[in-house]
Amino acid sequence: MPDGALTVLDVQGLKTVFKIRGGEVHAVNDVSFDLKSGELLGVVGESGSGKSVTMMSLLGLLPSPPADVRGGTVTFDGQDLLKVDAETLRTTRGGKIGFVFQDPMTSLNPVYNVGMQIMEPLRKHMGMTKKQAAVRAKELLELVGIPDADQRLKDYPHQFSGGMRQRVMIAIALACDPKVLIADEPTTALDVTIQAQILELMKDLQERLGMAVIWITHDLGVVAGIADRVVVMYGGQIVEQAPTRELFKNPQHPYTRALLKTVPRVSGGREERLEIIEGQPPILGASPTACPFRDRCDVALDRCAHENPSRYDVGNNHDAACFYDARTGEPRDV
Amino acid sequence: MFDDTKSATKLVEVNNLKMHFPIHTGLFRRHTGDVKAVDGVSFDIFEGETLGLVGESGCGKSTCGRAVLRLYDITDGSIVVDGDSIGDVAQKDLRGKRPTMQMVFQDPQASLNPRMTVQAIIQEPLDEHTSLSKEEKREKVLALMDQVGLNRKFSGRYPHAFSGGQRQRIGIARALALNPKFIVCDEPIAALDVSIQAQVVNLLEDLQKEFGLTYLFISHDLSMVRHIATRVAVMYLGKIVELAPREELYAEPLHPYTKALLSAVPEPDPELHDKMERTILTGDVPSPSNPPKGCNFCTRCPAVMDICKQIDPEYREVLPGRFVACHHYNDVTTSAEQTAASEASDRQSLSNTNTKNQPGESS
Repeated sequence: MPDGALTVLDVQGLKTVFKIRGGEVHAVNDVSFDLKSGELLGVVGESGSGKSVTMMSLLGLLPSPPADVRGGTVTFDGQDLLKVDAETLRTTRGGKIGFVFQDPMTSLNPVYNVGMQIMEPLRKHMGMTKKQAAVRAKELLELVGIPDADQRLKDYPHQFSGGMRQRVMIAIALACDPKVLIADEPTTALDVTIQAQILELMKDLQERLGMAVIWITHDLGVVAGIADRVVVMYGGQIVEQAPTRELFKNPQHPYTRALLKTVPRVSGGREERLEIIEGQPPILGASPTACPFRDRCDVALDRCAHENPSRYDVGNNHDAACFYDARTGEPRDV
Repeated sequence: MFDDTKSATKLVEVNNLKMHFPIHTGLFRRHTGDVKAVDGVSFDIFEGETLGLVGESGCGKSTCGRAVLRLYDITDGSIVVDGDSIGDVAQKDLRGKRPTMQMVFQDPQASLNPRMTVQAIIQEPLDEHTSLSKEEKREKVLALMDQVGLNRKFSGRYPHAFSGGQRQRIGIARALALNPKFIVCDEPIAALDVSIQAQVVNLLEDLQKEFGLTYLFISHDLSMVRHIATRVAVMYLGKIVELAPREELYAEPLHPYTKALLSAVPEPDPELHDKMERTILTGDVPSPSNPPKGCNFCTRCPAVMDICKQIDPEYREVLPGRFVACHHYNDVTTSAEQTAASEASDRQSLSNTNTKNQPGESS
């Protein structure tokens, strides 16, 4: 990632609430982050931490009701995506911002061949003729490493394996030369050897095409290998943000530190017993007035129960939302 | 075939286990082929140990686990559990044997009946197999709930009221109800979040120590298997390609597939990640209904030789306790030669990955 690169996507104070029977679920709370051009940003968190909902809300992909994007700004291309009309949003989605979803089987249409599905954004967004689109579709399939592209364009999704389907999804997302690609757990449904192929492909494509990528995952190993910068989410909030190396070398938030310890590895020393994080992730029933991690935290302070910490800068472009300062081992003086 | 000096007794012996599912096609549903999900697998499990069974989806590891418990009528082979041969016994005659061997399933959402309370779920095996009184059963269920870390107060609740990790604890309590000796854990943590996985794995380890349980731990998560297993078997397309004690397998894998599999696991440390040499396999797993001629791995193997496409390598013990099915270790008798062969295949795999050869093209 080039230093001092331009910010292509800037999210400030995003807040999304789901209305359910008898209450609300505060799935995303005051989430702010930015994405620089040519950067690969990893978003890590467990299920229910709000990572997917964040990305869906900023593209207006959540059905409303039940979802309600209550606040915040999403600046892309000089516009606030939360305020623009439906038509502008439609040309942005799939055109300037590409999206790859987790499950390649359910996100491809089983009754159209993949050629049609790759050509659809080309014809809708780029105004290509059928012939032009077919040529470009073939190029795209070759780009994502599918052999025999001419023939494969006529095949249906069920004729592809899981890894190949995900390559098709990536081809569709890349069709209109997006500035930003959002990939939501794109390798979670795949085997490790296929995951390694897709990660390699993604890194290669990002370097060649120079786009910015947001990579959502729950796997710290994937992030370590691919991301330039990492955002850690817990309970609908960003709890820590840092460049990848800095985060792994010097984790500040108790959740990140616990998470790094709880994952066993295939190399290096083997622990006799796994470290665990006691308890369960929080239920986000109300607007948070306390730290979401306090019940599972080993350094919780009294104030954690009635104040929600904001993100404090700890240097090296690194910040953590915690009242406890891991560098000094003392409570923060704020 | 496993004449090791280990004093431990074999609790489970599986020999040449085959599980083929017939394919019927056409108007008359003629038998036109077989999906060879498990195709000649042999292994032993010693009392008190955990055998990890790893592999990618579709390699037959779950089928293998289910077949060992005779949840299927197996195609061929023999299974001995706790001294009794159960391979060719009729299902109705197996009932007496069932209490010794139990299973924990992958998806706790699907394997618990949503209309039964936790009490009823854990009690069901007791109803089926014991003649305890109502009060004794209730006591036993509550004791089991304590053992797996569930609050006694929740015994009247239904599965939907529990989180994924807690549901898996209910499944474990049910498997423990009849004091089994052998438990097959089929991907017990795959559906759980990272922070909950460790809780369940620690629970399984505690229970093993307490009751002297023997596990067959099926998983695709190589790092978790490294943590829990005593020995590890690696499956590919219906066959075990390598079986070795944990430390040896992870420190020095012999089979090219094991090497590739281990190098594909993302390392949660950016420094190490950059230093690692990766073998990226090309292509996908072939269909188990139409496996390639010769070695099953020959279509993707970075160190493929001509012989691999002709003859299926024999699964044999190349070093004490280390079993491999690969032609690279055909003539190996001493450990010095073995190291040489391993280095040779390393070199070859390196040169092959550098040139990004399509598998199948002879190198």
